[in-house]
Amino acid sequence: MSRFFAVANVLGKMILAFGFTMLVPLCLSLWTNDGARSAFGEAILVTTGAGFILWLATRRYRREMQVRDGFLLVVLVWSVLPAFAMLPLLIYLPELNLSMAYFEAVSGLTATGGTVLTGLDTLPTSINLWRGQMVWLGGMGLIVLAVAILPLLGVGGRQILKAETPGPMKENKLTPRIAETAKGLWLVYVGLTFACVIAYKLAGMHWFDAVMHAFTTLGLGGFSSHDASYGYWNSPLIEVVAIIFMLIAGINFATHFLVWRAKSLFSYYRDPEAGLFVLVLLTSCLGLACYLWFVGVYADPITALRYASFNIVSIATTTGYSNTDYSLWPIFVPLLMLFLSGFCTCSGSTGGGIKMIRARILYQQVFREMTTIMHPKAVSPVKLGGSVVSNKIIFAVLVFLFIYATSIVMMSLVLTLSGLDIVTAFSAAVACINNLGPGLGQIGPATTYASLTDFQTWVCSFAMLLGRLEFFTLLVIFTPAFWRK
Amino acid sequence: MNILILGAGQVGSSAAESLVSEANDITIVDVVSERLSSLQDRMDLRTVVGNAAHPSILSQAGAEDADLILAVTASDETNLVACKLAATVFNTPTKIARIHSAEYLAHPAIFTAENFSVDFAICPEQIVTEYIKKLMEFPEALQVLDFAAGKVSLVAVRAFYGGPLVGQQLQELRKHVPNVDTRVAAIFRKNRSIIPEGDTIIEAEDEVFFLAATEDIRFVMRELRRLDKPVKRVMIAGGGKIGRRLGKASENDYQVRIIEYNQKICEELSADLHKTLVLHGDATDETLLESESIAEMDVFCSLTNDDENNIMSSLLAKRMGARKVVALINRSAYVDLMQSSGIDIAISPAQVTIGSLLAYVRHGDVAAVHSLRRGAAEAIELVAHGDTKSSKVVGRKVEEIKLPKGATIGAIVRGLSVSRNMPSGTAVKEQADHGTSTQGLQVIIAHHDTIIESEDHVILFVINRKMIRQVEQLFQVNVGFL
Repeated sequence: MSRFFAVANVLGKMILAFGFTMLVPLCLSLWTNDGARSAFGEAILVTTGAGFILWLATRRYRREMQVRDGFLLVVLVWSVLPAFAMLPLLIYLPELNLSMAYFEAVSGLTATGGTVLTGLDTLPTSINLWRGQMVWLGGMGLIVLAVAILPLLGVGGRQILKAETPGPMKENKLTPRIAETAKGLWLVYVGLTFACVIAYKLAGMHWFDAVMHAFTTLGLGGFSSHDASYGYWNSPLIEVVAIIFMLIAGINFATHFLVWRAKSLFSYYRDPEAGLFVLVLLTSCLGLACYLWFVGVYADPITALRYASFNIVSIATTTGYSNTDYSLWPIFVPLLMLFLSGFCTCSGSTGGGIKMIRARILYQQVFREMTTIMHPKAVSPVKLGGSVVSNKIIFAVLVFLFIYATSIVMMSLVLTLSGLDIVTAFSAAVACINNLGPGLGQIGPATTYASLTDFQTWVCSFAMLLGRLEFFTLLVIFTPAFWRK
Repeated sequence: MNILILGAGQVGSSAAESLVSEANDITIVDVVSERLSSLQDRMDLRTVVGNAAHPSILSQAGAEDADLILAVTASDETNLVACKLAATVFNTPTKIARIHSAEYLAHPAIFTAENFSVDFAICPEQIVTEYIKKLMEFPEALQVLDFAAGKVSLVAVRAFYGGPLVGQQLQELRKHVPNVDTRVAAIFRKNRSIIPEGDTIIEAEDEVFFLAATEDIRFVMRELRRLDKPVKRVMIAGGGKIGRRLGKASENDYQVRIIEYNQKICEELSADLHKTLVLHGDATDETLLESESIAEMDVFCSLTNDDENNIMSSLLAKRMGARKVVALINRSAYVDLMQSSGIDIAISPAQVTIGSLLAYVRHGDVAAVHSLRRGAAEAIELVAHGDTKSSKVVGRKVEEIKLPKGATIGAIVRGLSVSRNMPSGTAVKEQADHGTSTQGLQVIIAHHDTIIESEDHVILFVINRKMIRQVEQLFQVNVGFL
């Protein structure tokens, strides 16, 4: 159990720090006097108190973290922090039950963006800010998780990314290097968020909306302070800004970091994912815009392009904004969008799904199999950016894909069993595991997850964590071997 | 000249053999005494046993008096160190090193006087690769050699029935291709040379050497034989240094397949090459060749380290339908043996390399030397200096120059300014090529009344290598001029 206590000690510190971040919405609440003051006050007291007690109680077990502790810490951070993050919502909105509040908090911290709340426009600004802030903080954690921690844990072929990570990542201990790496990545993340706020403001949002949406854009979360999401502004300019920043946030932050450090765009070119990511999105947008125009959903091609590109980029990058109810489009389009969300974003970004790098490896593996059929003696390794991907990594990626597919099937089945129709169940499973947000049917872009039962909400929360922590990190905790000495 | 050769391997002994006949004092150093004694039995030279990178050994071998050091041991590092030692300890004027590794060749700064002071770095693999690459470009030719920075080519081609000129007098060539200036330098019929005159009749199976501007090669070849389809598919047996280089150099132009026996090398190759299909297997395995559709291959090159393997696999490939087979053969006895067999082209790396080496060693201002017909004949690019008084060639018509019988002036390149003579295939050469101005360059195919000017590059064809010294003496400037 000493491992558990050692991790709990770190967790306590993180909860304590997390509690203090609630001061931001509290200050906003005090300033605007929107009535959520006491909710935040109580939440801060509970959170910091709990964090402090946990830290104090486990002080004796403090030691250097080891790789194995990393699994536990990561899982605990993403499952325990939402329990505190939901407090302001739970206290302020009495009609919200535990499962819904936890869902909302998990959705925020995993940068998913599916919501159970309606009447967002009438919520206090501080509550909306907190929702955006959860996504943003979650995104911050995710970048480090994806770029620094998961490669170290060797989850699902993530080792491939070591080469892309700035600095050598050979140490067995979690702390020293990751602190350095994280600092650089966060600097880029914060810088881009600032740029996004300014861009939104210039495009016509007012300050609060600009900040809140910049938070959820960079985190690829998709929470909005308006029920109509981006349909509220109905402004092509704002949508263009959103598209640009969603694309930026969909690229590996380590690559952004390298570009920033080297002051040259060459790293984007060298990145094995970025080019493909933009290319796939570009062709999808153009193709689907043509399709929508052709089948007559939109009368003129420009409008078709506008709606197609905003919604496709939003869904494919697993953000989850919408500017129209795309579930009314011919079903082919939303299904394709769900499919795109499964693989488009780059590793090391705040997006979800299996990530472009794994998709690329799998695609090349298919190609390799075909070469081997034609030329049984051929030696044709899978290559990424000129270097060979070892069979071990390909195997890990294949297993990852298997777990990914199995999880979607299992979640769909469980949700169907609990009484959902198949479209809703399937899209909920995909949307949660990909950390996308809105699905189809009952949980489409025009509606929320509120209609789900408690059980279904818990399942969806679990699915979001599962997808976010890349399956293995979460599942390994449930194996007896992990707890054995 | 006093020449010190380090390393008595293939290249070392061939170089010794070539140079000893040209009246040079040769000392050869090697760690293996058996190799040396067999050389000493055959040739008149001094041998020293020991590590060529040790100053004491170099001193023992007479490095103090050496005019030239030829570092051709198997190890790049030994060669580099030996050159550095020769420069700092013994003040040797010219240092030539053989460098295998592309790692070193990629950084020419390594070879400068401050660093390893290698005057000329030669990479045999690179030379052989370029040689084969040329053959892929011109699949009809037996050999294609570059002169004057690639402006002029000497091409060996076998005449066949179906070529418009076959059975005709040589002077008809001018009527057949009126716009192309070319000169037939030599004809070999049944291994005997014929000095080409205007009324010489070309027969089928003749080996014809002609000089022409590089862009005109195809027009001339078309007169001598039907042109083949351009090469599309290439199969390489053996993924060693040459195979890998060739794969890399040609994978963008052709569909390349490489067969390699060693699994580990296969993996390295496939990581290194992007478009080439790497196959793991034995090149003499006919089921593998069959399943990889050997009959569709335009060129099959066997480039392993094993002569017998190369001969067998290329014979097999030829039998199974490969259009043209090229085999790398180290042993000169085998080369002669195989020339008239099913193998279309037998390449001896030592012979190919020796030409480049010789260019540096020779007297006079030699810009390029190429061995032809397994070293029997030679094509040489000499630079004429001086004026009418001091030189025996400058200011004279081609017919007035007293060339030995069997030596012909093929072409003259005017306006080429190369600071140092650099034969093809060296890394340093690529640097120099950038400095070579090809503007204002004039390729003149020599006629009897062409007048040679100072600084002209004269390309000569010599049927017998023994005449080389006479030719070189012709081009030397009289001492009085200095």
